[in-house]
Amino acid sequence: MKKKLIAMGLCAVMALGALAGCGSSNDDQAADAGGTVATDGSTSMEAVIGSLGEQFMNDNPDITFTYNPTGSGTGITAVSEGRCDIGLSSRDLKDEEKEAGLEATELALDGIAVIVNSENEVSDLSLEDIKAIYTGEITNWSELGGADGEIVLIGREAGSGTRDGFESITETEEQCAYRQELTSTGDVITTVSNNPNAIGYASLAAVDDTVKPVSVDGVAPSEDTISDGTYKIQRPFMLVTKTDGELSEAAQKFFDYATSAEAADIISEAGAVPVAGK
Amino acid sequence: MKVRSRITENIIHGIFLILGLITVGAVLLITVYLVISGIPAIKEIGIRDFLFNTHWNSTGSDPQFGILPFIMTSIYGTAGAIIIGAPVSLLVAVYLSKAAPSGLRHVVETAVSLLAGIPSVVYGLVGMMVLVPGIMNVFNVPDGASLLAAIIVLAVMIIPSVIKVSLNALDAVPPEYEEASLALGATETETYFRVSLKAAKSGIAAAVVLGVGRAIGEAMAVMMVSGNAANMPGLFESVRFLTTAVASEMSYAAGLQREALFSIALVLFLFIMLINAVLNFFLKREKE
Repeated sequence: MKKKLIAMGLCAVMALGALAGCGSSNDDQAADAGGTVATDGSTSMEAVIGSLGEQFMNDNPDITFTYNPTGSGTGITAVSEGRCDIGLSSRDLKDEEKEAGLEATELALDGIAVIVNSENEVSDLSLEDIKAIYTGEITNWSELGGADGEIVLIGREAGSGTRDGFESITETEEQCAYRQELTSTGDVITTVSNNPNAIGYASLAAVDDTVKPVSVDGVAPSEDTISDGTYKIQRPFMLVTKTDGELSEAAQKFFDYATSAEAADIISEAGAVPVAGK
Repeated sequence: MKVRSRITENIIHGIFLILGLITVGAVLLITVYLVISGIPAIKEIGIRDFLFNTHWNSTGSDPQFGILPFIMTSIYGTAGAIIIGAPVSLLVAVYLSKAAPSGLRHVVETAVSLLAGIPSVVYGLVGMMVLVPGIMNVFNVPDGASLLAAIIVLAVMIIPSVIKVSLNALDAVPPEYEEASLALGATETETYFRVSLKAAKSGIAAAVVLGVGRAIGEAMAVMMVSGNAANMPGLFESVRFLTTAVASEMSYAAGLQREALFSIALVLFLFIMLINAVLNFFLKREKE
């Protein structure tokens, strides 16, 4: 239900964007060919693909852009079955998916910051430490050189893209003993900032100075360390297309736009690290 | 002239009838929709496993769909809120109805109405920023997001509606009862607690049931203070209510998980129907 509402909301926003576009300076492009671009897939990519779609419809008022937030797996299936133009995946394609005639183009990178309370003395954790903390092997900050205090694990709800990404990178799927499962990034940050013993994770772009992002294996999370691959807790945002069949004119136009340097600013504003134009 | 006015009358009558039917239709639609979308998952999981299994792990490789933790949490949370909220509201209502000077009553009633009008997300936010850290420090527990925090927030949220309804019931007690009691030599306090409260008891029961309904149906505020881990309830445990179980996972749910969330909603719906039936019973008795 909520998914539908979000999709409807997104459409409404896009429609508004398109209307606004009519009045502005984009009249020169208004004569371009119409059509639709259907995208389907990763819920984690909602912010990125939503703002790209909005800007794209702004620039091309004749083209209708849709985004169906279903999840990476469903999106990949949808594009291979031809139910959408471009699939959205927040993981690399598996070998059998590549063999089935799909290819993925990296659109952006998403860094997940591990955050602690700003009073916490711990500022560096290894990936193994993080795994041990989240699986309940390490339960006290004193074991990691911090002050004595039981570690409070804050996470996201089942099905969240951030949770999925974090757990798959730290290899803690289904083993996390969460104390709190919150439904938004903002809630996670607020909760961590209120509890000196809390640890949580959130998309790097959302992290503000009320909490402290820890460095992982000695590498602090930043756009640079994410794009050069040294910061470990990151995953790619992929555009998935068929290797055989050609994209429709409109879909190709969106594909080119999304991977252009021009879109990079929008991607970073939406909280991810753009790959193109770097 | 007469014919025309009868036609107008009939048209207006028809409009009101349609409006009424829309309301009834909405209720029927929701009921049918919930039953249709809630039954398949219960069938697939098995009603015993669904209602009495204590493990909920909807996205695991071996998914578990036991909602007993949610049911127990909703019952404990609501009971706790009533235990704290109802006595406070009743005493306030007795005072306002019988003893308070009219100026003070006016001020307090306005404040209570304001309290009732505060959106639940605001209660949740204040709970999250003040209550949760407060519980953590006062009780020296690692994290304050717990059943206790949810109970306190719910208690505050039900107080206005319980006060208002019981105030109406107390105001409606015929003054003759109280005058007779006073004339027989009872003190004012004895009169209010032994005569007025007794005379208003079905109205007050209705008020409490209304509070129960409000508490069990609340989602937003408790979601922000209760931690949302699917544990069996414990006062300082992170817990998930029936309402929050639906709300927190619905956004990304798919397949059986999504159907199971509808089944939870159906269980919640049955609880609320039951509470409404009880409420109607008391209201009817009050009328008689």
